[in-house]
Amino acid sequence: MTDPTRIDRRTTLKWVLAAASTLPLLVPELKAATAALPPAMAPATGYGRDPLLTRTYQPGELWPLTMSSTERRIATALCDVIIPADEVSPAASQVGVVDFIDEWVSAPYPVHVSDRALVTAGLAAIDAAARHVFGQEFASLDPAQQRKVCDPISYVPTAPIGQEAAARFFARFRDLTAGGFYTTPAGTKDLGFVGNVALDRFEGPPDEVLRQAGLL
Amino acid sequence: MPIIDAATATNKRYDVIVVGSGAAGGQVAYTLALEGLSVLMLEAGRAYVPETETPMFQTPAMAPLRAASTPDKAFGFYDATIGGGWDVPGEPYTSASSDPARQFWWWRPRMLGGRTNHWGRIALRNGPYDFKPHSRDGLGFDWPIGYEELAPYYDRVERLIGVYGANEGLENTPNSSPGVLMAPPKPRVGELLVQKGGRGLGVPFIAMHRAVMTERLDHRRLPALLHPGNARAQRILATDMQRRAACFFATPCSRGCSIRATYQSTTVHLPPALASGRLDIACDAMVREVVLGKNGSASGVSFIDKHTHLERHARARAVVLAAGACESVRILLNSGSGGGGIANSSGLVGRYIMDTVGADLDGQVPRLESLPAHNEDGAGGEHLYAPWWQYGERNTARLGFARGYHIEFNSGRRQPGFGTARGLESLMHGSYGAEFKSDVRRYYGSFLEFSGRGEMIPNANCFCELDPALKDRWGIPVLRFHWQWSEHETRQAAHMQQTFAGILDSIGGRVVGAIAKSGREAILPGGKVIHEVGGTMMGTSARSSVTNSWGRTWDVPNLIVADGGVFCSNADKNPTLTIMALAWRSADHLVSLMKRREI
Repeated sequence: MTDPTRIDRRTTLKWVLAAASTLPLLVPELKAATAALPPAMAPATGYGRDPLLTRTYQPGELWPLTMSSTERRIATALCDVIIPADEVSPAASQVGVVDFIDEWVSAPYPVHVSDRALVTAGLAAIDAAARHVFGQEFASLDPAQQRKVCDPISYVPTAPIGQEAAARFFARFRDLTAGGFYTTPAGTKDLGFVGNVALDRFEGPPDEVLRQAGLL
Repeated sequence: MPIIDAATATNKRYDVIVVGSGAAGGQVAYTLALEGLSVLMLEAGRAYVPETETPMFQTPAMAPLRAASTPDKAFGFYDATIGGGWDVPGEPYTSASSDPARQFWWWRPRMLGGRTNHWGRIALRNGPYDFKPHSRDGLGFDWPIGYEELAPYYDRVERLIGVYGANEGLENTPNSSPGVLMAPPKPRVGELLVQKGGRGLGVPFIAMHRAVMTERLDHRRLPALLHPGNARAQRILATDMQRRAACFFATPCSRGCSIRATYQSTTVHLPPALASGRLDIACDAMVREVVLGKNGSASGVSFIDKHTHLERHARARAVVLAAGACESVRILLNSGSGGGGIANSSGLVGRYIMDTVGADLDGQVPRLESLPAHNEDGAGGEHLYAPWWQYGERNTARLGFARGYHIEFNSGRRQPGFGTARGLESLMHGSYGAEFKSDVRRYYGSFLEFSGRGEMIPNANCFCELDPALKDRWGIPVLRFHWQWSEHETRQAAHMQQTFAGILDSIGGRVVGAIAKSGREAILPGGKVIHEVGGTMMGTSARSSVTNSWGRTWDVPNLIVADGGVFCSNADKNPTLTIMALAWRSADHLVSLMKRREI
């Protein structure tokens, strides 16, 4: 006798794998995204050659943020798939990383303009895959479902044929998420960075460190 | 006498005009002003006040784009470079070749103090061999002076600016006089590990020499040593030395230093020079040319006041060019009415420009993973380095290149930045989620970044000249660069990467990224190390050089070149300390000439 639950699970898995390997191709979307850049992108300028270095800047202050609410919703979910909360530190979206990514992809410099095209297309692709496989937007999926969407594209060398662009998007988005997160006070603390404080003396590495590195 | 505007700068005739305010201009102005001469300094960029403008302790999260590099700030948001970079808006330069391997990259700041505000603070002396390279291997040119003539000036500069390091007595790696150097900071764990690996390979890692004060300057003893018989200079310097704090082992030096613990022209040379009352500084003054009087001597300079775009004329008994090697060349070539520039009867102005040979390699070391949290900021840069360790003819034949390089490297648990967890996909095999967080913790602080910095031999294919057509926004003709590495440099670059891979291997580490397939791929483009020197080479005759050994041009007796342009070779040692030692020596000579009324 056939176990319907078992078959269903196996069938579901097949769908996921099939869907994963038919994630929308990014290349055509990438072109479309470039053509469809919002008008706000054009006039923005950078901070110039002589910005004031001693003040604190907020995302959106130097050039307008340009991600749509849909993009921000997907980005929020994807940031937290990449850097979820754990016992050491909060999730990426809880410490302003989505604002940072929006600032980044809205910046007027060439690398940022090209990242905007990649991120816009990539977020759309992730969401389309979620809808295709699970019938729901990516942000509404549970963490296990989100990982099923991300797994095939999480590592460029093993990305399925046709998914290389999606994998490159994921790698870049992971870099952006990590770059945003580990520079926050929470992220810095997570890494155990204890510098950037004035000291009377520099003592060098403690014995415990030397021992662990095999130098003592 | 203070910072003045351009119009005021034209009101009187000074003893000396100094063009440029960096290591050379700062040193010359300091020496001349404390000796009582009246000095006008002209700087093409804006005034800059490190005490209030330096972003000390600011974190990347406070900056736009997490302080990552952009075309506006190539070394990141907090880098102490204003108005400049690889390109300066409205002030282009051109390349004679479209071949990417034959480009020269020209870094220019536009700020008071120039690039001394952001430099790496590495303060290495040239050794005896470095002044007589042609005598040793038949390549390049000898200097008209030897190490022993410059050694007293190295001591003086080190005493004035404050340099940490140690006297190791290694070949062609000179000791400072006893008591000159400050104690070097203790090495970080990654530095100790590399030192251990290097020992097995015969590569000696010793204390780096950097212009960072690990202790206060001795304001009671040093002023008398630096200015014997000059009570006024001693008093001014003693006061200023007390205003400089020792390093507090936090915040990167490349941002500048508001507590004045490191050498910047703006924190070390200019404050006492201004306090002497003998120095005026006009900023936003772009010098176009040296103006000659009827007798063929320099009568002053003409410059563009960037605020009004008006051309103005400042007058002096002597002119010192310290605008940076290539900018000084440009001023000379734009001067005079004959079309070939001035001080150029040798035809050598702009010839034999050199940069430092550079090749880099990154690595990762498992023994540095998951170490207990501890503060590794240290003195904001390298605590150890390896000087060149393979002098000798037999080595040259075996290696296939003639000159050496030293090894700089970074390690440690540095302030997390935009790139801290970037590009690690191959190490982490694409992890994300909880596993990624755990991987980042594990790998943080386990990376080493090696940089080889080697000697380039001057060659006839590396020069700059005026572009026949293009002018900058001020109407001044721009430079056109020609560049070509020889095999001495490209082979050396390949050797650097092999050495780094060997060191990594010796400590159980691995290369991150890939070793270049050839030296031509490994070598950084010309200019990228920002050590450009040459172009107004010093020498023993008017036929074979542009200046004499004091930087005084053969053709125009009251015109001195004080920057790196006068270098006859570009040893692997970073040029800034040598620029300052030469500039002090030239300034002393100029003082004696002027006091004797020979100028």
